[in-house]
Amino acid sequence: MWPYISMVLSIILMLSGLFFLSVGVVGLIRLPDTYTRLHATTKCDTMGAGLVLLALALQSDFTVAAKLIIITVFIWVTNPTAAHVIAKAAWITGFPPIKKFDRDFIDGGDEK
Amino acid sequence: MEVLESVFESLKVYGTVIVMILVFFCLGRAIVGPGAPDRVTAINIIGTKTVVIIALLSLIYGYDYYVDISMVYALMAFIATVGVAKYMEKGALE
Repeated sequence: MWPYISMVLSIILMLSGLFFLSVGVVGLIRLPDTYTRLHATTKCDTMGAGLVLLALALQSDFTVAAKLIIITVFIWVTNPTAAHVIAKAAWITGFPPIKKFDRDFIDGGDEK
Repeated sequence: MEVLESVFESLKVYGTVIVMILVFFCLGRAIVGPGAPDRVTAINIIGTKTVVIIALLSLIYGYDYYVDISMVYALMAFIATVGVAKYMEKGALE
C-alpha cells in the first residue's frame, strides 16, 4: 500500500512545486519594483524548490533522500537570508520603493 | 502502479524542461532589469532553479553523485549572491 501512497504524494508534490516555481517567475517579470520582485520570487522559489526536492526524496534511496533533504533545509535557510541581504543593499544604495500601485505600471514602470 | 510510475517518469522529464524555460525568462529579467538589485535577484533565482534541475537530472539518469554537485552548487550560489550584494552595498569587498 505504501508505494501507491508515496507515488501519488510525489506526483502531487511535484505538480505543486512546478506551479510555485512558475508563479515566482511570473512575479519576477510582471511586478514593478525591486522589493515587490524580491517579495514574489523569494517565497515562491523557496517553496517550489522544497516541494520538488521532497517529491524526489520520496522516490529515492535512503542516502540520496538524506542528501536531498539536507539541500532542502539549506535552501530554506539561505534563500530568505540572501533576499534580506539584497533588500538591505538596495535600500542603502537608494532604490525607492514604489509609492502607489497603479495599473499603468505595465506601460510606464514609474511611480505615481 | 505502472501507470503511476510512467506518469512520474514523464513528469520528471517535462518538469526539467519547464524549469529550463523558466530559467530563460529569469535571464531576460537579468538582462533587462533597470537596476543592480533586480539583476542580483534574477541570478539568485537562476541559482535555485539550477539546483532543482541538477537534482531532477540525477534521478532521471540514475547518477547519484549529481546530488552532491547540486549541494555544492547551492552553497556557491548563496555565497555569490551575498558577495555581490555586499559589494553593491559598500563598494568594496571587506
